[in-house]
Amino acid sequence: MGLPISTILLTTGFLLMLIGIWGILRHRNLLRIIIGFGLLDTGIHIVMVATGYIAGGTAPIIDKALGIDEATTRAVDPIPSALVVTAIVIGFSVTAVMLAYAIRIHDAHKTLSIDVLTESKW
Amino acid sequence: MRTVFSILAVAMFAVIFAGIVGDYGERESVSELARQYLTLVPGDLGAANVVTGILITYRGFDTLGEVAVLFMVAASVGLLLSGGEGETHTADADKPRRPSELVENGTVVILPLIFLFGGYVIMNGHLSAGGGFQGGAVVASGTMLLMLALPATRLNHGFLSVTESLAGVVYVSIGILGLVFAAGFLDSHILPLGDFGTLISAGAIPVISALLGIKVGAELSVIIDRFRS
Repeated sequence: MGLPISTILLTTGFLLMLIGIWGILRHRNLLRIIIGFGLLDTGIHIVMVATGYIAGGTAPIIDKALGIDEATTRAVDPIPSALVVTAIVIGFSVTAVMLAYAIRIHDAHKTLSIDVLTESKW
Repeated sequence: MRTVFSILAVAMFAVIFAGIVGDYGERESVSELARQYLTLVPGDLGAANVVTGILITYRGFDTLGEVAVLFMVAASVGLLLSGGEGETHTADADKPRRPSELVENGTVVILPLIFLFGGYVIMNGHLSAGGGFQGGAVVASGTMLLMLALPATRLNHGFLSVTESLAGVVYVSIGILGLVFAAGFLDSHILPLGDFGTLISAGAIPVISALLGIKVGAELSVIIDRFRS
């Protein structure tokens, strides 16, 4: 017994998000900032899936273990899972574009530190 | 000073998150909408995997948008990384180190299995965990292994983009067929439902899933390959 599963999942997801925010704020290297963004992203996905968990639920796939008639009582909420697929794809896309920009910045400045990007400071 | 502000920001987020976790009670039953999906997907669509049913039919238009986003990312990454002045800074100049014997030979054994598994995941999306996006990602990870282990490999971009565009065109055509022969855009009832739980069942869902898998696999492979140059 002990902690409910959704509490464990939510705590894990939020911790990952905090690590990601810390990484984005504290690091000066573009690649490390992008890794921080990735952690933040993954944390959000875990939190979203955790909100769909039903006490004692199982995967929403109808087979021998889960009959059609008991699907509405024993399966977890399928909507957050379906939304997270979208979120993962968008997160991947944003990361790819960020990495492409990082490569261009490295070409132009010969370094990955954000300290050289003085023209975008105010 | 900057450290203090960072600690403050993270601490404030931590307080908010702790409040959310503390107040969250585990849910005992699904919402009304989820109940509808859980009865309609197996009953009306004939798909065993409820998540795939939602993604491909009820939220099919959304999925089409996602694929469009992936396409735009492939195009913009190509745009960003192509016009580099003189491709001399790459490692090609100072003789890239060959991958070890172990990696090269391991690839020969594992790579076909990875592609096979990707195809399996794509084709069984309506029966068990999986679907077009997931299988496409598996195929692209195989492409990545191929590039790491055999750096001399060149992907045929023309072939990949033609395949991908064809898959997209057929995908949209199936959507329009749904508009004509069934209830709406991307409705999967244009094909017979078949026996529940078999490979050929659930109307057009396996077809759309396969097209999605081809499209996502080709797009992700192109994106990965663009980063190599």
